[in-house]
Amino acid sequence: MAGNGNNEKPAKKKVVEKKYPMSEQPPAERIRNFNEVPYGYDVETAVEEARRCLQCKKPVCIDGCPVEIDIPGFIEAIAEEDFAEAIRVMKSFNNLPAVCGRVCPQEDQCEKVCVLAKKFESVAIGRLERFIADYDYEHGVAPPTEIAPTKGKKVAIVGSGPAGLTAAGDLARMGYDVTLYEAFHAAGGVLRYGIPEFRLPKAILDQEVDYVKSLGVKVECNMVIGKVFTIKELLGELEFEAAFIGTGAGLPRWMKVPGENLIGVYSANEWLTRINLMRAFEFPEYDTPIWAGKNVAVIGGGNTAMDSVRTALRMGAETAKIYYRRGEKEMPARIEEIHHAREEGVQFDFLVAPDRVLGTDDGWVRGMELCRMELGEPDESGRRRPVRCEGSQFEVECDMVVVAVGTYPNPIIPETTPELELTKWGTIKVDEETGMTSVQGVFAGGDIVTGGATVISAMGAGKRAARGIDAYLTDK
Amino acid sequence: MAYKILARDDITSESVRMVVAAPHIARKCEPGQFIILRLDGKGERIPLTIADFDRDAGTVTIIFQKVGKTTYHLATFREGDEISDFVGPLGRHLDLGRLGTVACLGGGLGVAPIYPKVRALKAGGNYVVSIIGARRKDLVILEEEMRAHSDELFVTTDDGSYGLRGFVTDQLKLLLDEGRKFDTCLAVGPIPMMEAVCRLTAQHDLPTLVSLDTIMVDGTGMCGSCRVTVGGETKFTCVDGPVFDGHNVDWVETKRRQCRYVPQEKQALERFEKDRGSK
Ligand SMILES: Cc1cc2nc3c(=O)[nH]c(=O)nc-3n(C[C@H](O)[C@H](O)[C@H](O)COP(=O)(O)OP(=O)(O)OC[C@H]3O[C@@H](n4cnc5c(N)ncnc54)[C@H](O)[C@@H]3O)c2cc1C
Ligand SMILES: Cc1cc2nc3c(=O)[nH]c(=O)nc-3n(C[C@H](O)[C@H](O)[C@H](O)COP(=O)(O)OP(=O)(O)OC[C@H]3O[C@@H](n4cnc5c(N)ncnc54)[C@H](O)[C@@H]3O)c2cc1C
Ligand code: SF4
Ligand code: SF4
Ligand code: FES
Repeated sequence: MAGNGNNEKPAKKKVVEKKYPMSEQPPAERIRNFNEVPYGYDVETAVEEARRCLQCKKPVCIDGCPVEIDIPGFIEAIAEEDFAEAIRVMKSFNNLPAVCGRVCPQEDQCEKVCVLAKKFESVAIGRLERFIADYDYEHGVAPPTEIAPTKGKKVAIVGSGPAGLTAAGDLARMGYDVTLYEAFHAAGGVLRYGIPEFRLPKAILDQEVDYVKSLGVKVECNMVIGKVFTIKELLGELEFEAAFIGTGAGLPRWMKVPGENLIGVYSANEWLTRINLMRAFEFPEYDTPIWAGKNVAVIGGGNTAMDSVRTALRMGAETAKIYYRRGEKEMPARIEEIHHAREEGVQFDFLVAPDRVLGTDDGWVRGMELCRMELGEPDESGRRRPVRCEGSQFEVECDMVVVAVGTYPNPIIPETTPELELTKWGTIKVDEETGMTSVQGVFAGGDIVTGGATVISAMGAGKRAARGIDAYLTDK
Repeated sequence: MAYKILARDDITSESVRMVVAAPHIARKCEPGQFIILRLDGKGERIPLTIADFDRDAGTVTIIFQKVGKTTYHLATFREGDEISDFVGPLGRHLDLGRLGTVACLGGGLGVAPIYPKVRALKAGGNYVVSIIGARRKDLVILEEEMRAHSDELFVTTDDGSYGLRGFVTDQLKLLLDEGRKFDTCLAVGPIPMMEAVCRLTAQHDLPTLVSLDTIMVDGTGMCGSCRVTVGGETKFTCVDGPVFDGHNVDWVETKRRQCRYVPQEKQALERFEKDRGSK
């Protein structure tokens, strides 16, 4: 094993300038399967990488993490090969490290501010996070999680995405009797139905969900809250003393152009849900059918668009192309995903937007008419607004279109809980600090509050709300 | 949690009725709403209308026609067996209220989903004229139940083996030609039947509601698989419907979207039958 194994401060050593690479499935191979793309660090590489960390006195990396993980703390433990301690530290901040280590936009968060990033490459915090979570699942080194004595109070959590899972896990640890309601037949939210197997294997997600269950959380699937019970009924007849709404932003936004209902046009949600949640990529072994095109166009520039286009390749597309109305720099997708998509042969066309989808006589997609754009003044999001270049319209051929231009909050709960105050975007208004909504005892967090954001910001909201609920119920 | 089948009977050679234990759904559902079920870990999610419910017993009744893999598979489930997932109540509850004289047309298995609406209409003080149709006499379903909740009941069969020879639209046309007046028409059945009804009623300015059975996945508005164009606007059948103004439905598009998985459905059914045959 490399290194001398004593406690000498790594800072005294010469800095290793670059992150240790993580081996990956080669592109030509991986576009034919749904297996995970990066393999993860082995023990030796993880320890070496951990030793790159300077163990700063003022660890700025922590400020970059929405859940304020003690990053130097868990990394030091890895450097010292004390994996049980590393996972203990990690889990005291983050219930879902195997997920975050894989899908967190680290390059914009903890790794962006890491001091090493000023001159060299940052410490590979995300990869180390993934390593320690996977190591624990394989070897079971984590000490049992401490659970406070029962408080005898019931809390309902609605929605099992990262926000709901986090709030549920934290409240269970504090001694609350927690029931988690999920509309689908399986827990995980976007992690289950949106993010594909090749980025987040569902077996990993199952382990994370099982961990939350092991803390005492009861998970009830097939429960569409608002339809089967209203929030009012949860707090009334069902005798919950507080409720947390983490129902996400699952409603697809459309382009509102002619031809959008042609056969072969999918919302990203339908395309990804059929494949990830329903496992249509294993049809006919699994019953859910899917129709996959050979020349695929994906509209949008976020993670959802990248997942859709990479999935299309794996479903047998010969060409797969992203059409995005702003420029490359403006794409909200993670850099790693864009990079992986390029490697796999995905093509990009920037500064274009569809005017309509063109159909065959019998109603299938045959192409699109697009219009070129240029960037004008910044809009409310601070990004420059795309403006049409009239007269620049052109046609392209394709037989399938995936619309990945954003989502809205699902209105089922707001509609059945009229007392909830909403913003003009339909998201739920909450107190920043506690997560409490305009209704006493009802809290909310994650995409239902922020609109489509990130896994870790949803988890951060779940954590804050768990503290808010604890304070509310302690005073009550 | 799984959902136990408490009773099961074959109501014709092609259709089955099941009573399923689902107390939380029974407690809340209203006529015309539906559930989505998934048979097992590898199953697809399919919608079925809540044909009946018993709040006290905590049960929901479904009636389905064997048309493809999932419904053939479900038909093999016996009393005491469990369905893995059963979600509801979904869709808008349509409070039909007092409409006056209502023509209720159920074609084929459309009789099952129209039955709870007929019952609610009758209980709501409307004058209900029901017309139910099937290919042959032995495929007519729920005749007695429909009769009990209708002021008048007509039956049609394609081959004339029972009632009027022809389609439900032929019976409705006879009534309209006789000068019978209706305030509203309600039609549930295969798409060609609903479309034919709408063509006829449009000529008579008779407002017509239809219940669409589009292809669904989640049933909560998050995928758009179930979208239809109604009056030039895109609607989601699972959350905005399933009942729509039939005169405004884009039938050409609806028909096309309904057939988009036919080759896969055929493949799935053949595979299922082969597997069963080899057992
Ligand atoms: C395809 C895709 C890829 C993404 N990739 C990344 C990435 O790489 N990195 C990243 O950080 N972020 C990514 N995101 C964003 C991230 O996944 C979300 O911000 C995050 O999942 C939001 O978490 P949440 O808990 O608020 O809601 P969700 O994950 O949306 O979960 C909400 C849950 O609530 C359930 N629900 C909804 N309504 C009801 C109801 N009425 N009753 C009961 N249950 C209900 C839903 O079924 C769902 O399970 C991606 C998003 C998508 C769609
Ligand atoms: C709101 C609603 C209520 C319904 N109520 C009833 C009912 O009470 N009784 C009944 O027998 N049927 C009902 N249906 C239709 C029923 O869902 C389909 O017959 C069933 O999904 C067929 O599945 P399959 O695998 O057996 O057949 P497949 O071989 O998969 O399909 C046969 C045909 O059924 C339709 N279909 C397929 N998949 C779906 C799907 N996921 N959702 C909707 N339709 C699909 C298609 O037109 C297809 O060509 C309803 C549909 C909707 C949308
Ligand atoms: S959770 Fe995300 S932001 Fe926080 S340390 Fe891990 S990778 Fe970085
Ligand atoms: S800022 Fe970078 S080097 Fe410093 S403690 Fe954090 S991870 Fe280590
Ligand atoms: S079934 Fe998915 S939106 Fe209606």
